Amino acid sequence: MKESSLPADNLNRTVDLAEARSRHQLGARRFAVALLALSLVLVASVALATGIGRMDVGWGAIAAVVLSKLGFHVGTVDRTTEVVIWGIRLSRVVLSGLVGASLATAGVIFQGLLLNPLADPFTLGVSTGAAFGVALLVMLGVGGSFLGLSPLPLGALAGALGAMAVVMLLSRESGRIRKETLILAGIVVSTFLAALISLIKSLDEESLSAIVFWIMGSFSGRGWIHVGFLLPYLAAGLALGAIYHRELDILALGEEQSHHLGVAVSAVRLKLLLGASLLTAGAVSVSGVIGFVGLVVPHLVRVLAGPSHGRLLALSAATGALILIWADVLARTLLASGQELPVGVVSALLGGPFFFYLLKSRRSRGMW
Amino acid sequence: MIRVEALELGYEDRLVLTGLNFQVDRGEFLGILGPNGSGKSTLLNALSGLLPPRKGRIIVKSEPLGGLPSRLRAQILAVVPQSTDVRFPFSCLEIVLMGRYPHRRRLGTLTDADLVWALRSMRRTTTAHLQERPIIEVSGGEGQRVVMARALAQDPEILLLDEATSSLDVRKKLEIFELLKFLSETRGLTVLCAMHDLNLAALYCRRLMFIKHGRVVVDGPTDQVFTPAILEEVYETPMEVVRHPGHQRPYAVMLPLSPGTREDEAAENPLEAVQS
Repeated sequence: MKESSLPADNLNRTVDLAEARSRHQLGARRFAVALLALSLVLVASVALATGIGRMDVGWGAIAAVVLSKLGFHVGTVDRTTEVVIWGIRLSRVVLSGLVGASLATAGVIFQGLLLNPLADPFTLGVSTGAAFGVALLVMLGVGGSFLGLSPLPLGALAGALGAMAVVMLLSRESGRIRKETLILAGIVVSTFLAALISLIKSLDEESLSAIVFWIMGSFSGRGWIHVGFLLPYLAAGLALGAIYHRELDILALGEEQSHHLGVAVSAVRLKLLLGASLLTAGAVSVSGVIGFVGLVVPHLVRVLAGPSHGRLLALSAATGALILIWADVLARTLLASGQELPVGVVSALLGGPFFFYLLKSRRSRGMW
Repeated sequence: MIRVEALELGYEDRLVLTGLNFQVDRGEFLGILGPNGSGKSTLLNALSGLLPPRKGRIIVKSEPLGGLPSRLRAQILAVVPQSTDVRFPFSCLEIVLMGRYPHRRRLGTLTDADLVWALRSMRRTTTAHLQERPIIEVSGGEGQRVVMARALAQDPEILLLDEATSSLDVRKKLEIFELLKFLSETRGLTVLCAMHDLNLAALYCRRLMFIKHGRVVVDGPTDQVFTPAILEEVYETPMEVVRHPGHQRPYAVMLPLSPGTREDEAAENPLEAVQS
């Protein structure tokens, strides 16, 4: 400190600094505790969700299977039970968690970046764009694996980026993206692409359920291979979010102020849009379009943890995982007949009313 | 500090300012004055790097402004914009700490130096008591001072202000300008402020630049250019300039417009016009 001042004043400054410092540390501790608690609930939820299903498997068997996969052999479990636990249930629970994390993280990035609390992969048309990309590839018959990589996520990414670009172009007015038209454009693009997906599927003479899979989303019949598809996308998206979380905070003040504060706005925004589109594309390519997770989770977490994006990203990822795991449990157990609901139906049924509540209550606080 | 050469500014199809040539040295306190729509904000947008020049160059510290990397530019140049609408409920301290962005390392943690700068800037703008308050809940004037604190936390060499005290009461306005004067005189901060308040400008700015119809009308030391002739030419308003007997600074007194100068008078009452 280069400035001279009265001793008493100096003392005050030291006290102020110590106070601000300790408040800052308190905030960091609270965040760490919240994240730890959420992680524990998440692990417990994975175990619980794996135990729920038509076949009763028992906790001992779940523990034995998981431990044996980790290299510890404790007791034996019959082959069928092992396949149900490891091959069918756990993989599906893990996948639904990862998709939930991806969508929630994408929602956080989209909302901060576009200054629009209504933005999420679904309302921006990015999800449907990704689904369209996948449907197109499936119709053209390029669904197979290439060098161990499926081209489907790439089709999803191309579709997601394409839809994003069209939505941005549509909502642009004299060089600026208008917040009001952004969501409108997203819904227009989304509806149009959903119609195209239906068209493709009916040309392809595939069953109705395949259309429903892409438009409403489902984890039915998904396994570890899909977890493998999604992980790199989730990792890339989360890494981008972690690296640029401070820029996200500043970008939430708007383009001009971000420029004044030294953020290379165009470059950073492009990277983050790409990151959020990657997350969306990865999620959609394994599960179809699942709405409301990316919209509601960031709102929920922001109310509890504040607007700072570093914390928002971590807590939203965990909360998104948690919510989609349980939404999928509902989807596969709700109907007494044993038939599955598309998980997108469950997330919309849960998220819709909650979103309506947010719309009513947040407006008064000047969010939009 | 700043050198502007043959600068021409405008938007897509509209020319706003042309033929700008001037230089601002370290520690200068320059007021940019002119009627509504004369291009004050456009000039500040260009000087902050937001609006690329159509022609000519802006040199900051012997580098072309457009060539400076964003973070380096923000270490030299801070801006207090006219409107500062924030939609997300960041605390005021978080907002001020964003001013440390150009100085902080990526993924680096918050250092004591960052906090010291943030707190000092908040004290200087009398916003220290707002630290924990969400920015979306403070008043317009408080918000302006928080954003001022954020700009000061950038530890800039040049400060650009665009009507940055418009929502402040008289006392707060003077406090901010006293602070700017102090920083300019003792720390060598270069201050450029676009403003409407003639007397505030005359009281604190050592140099004034008058802009009208896209050109600089006059640019010089306040004592020489703050004259009735120039003010009347720029604002098309009768003025008197008086020297305050105490502090000896000039101040302008507006005189009422003479009858018949309102262009719309006849049009406003067409019936009367016909009848008479």
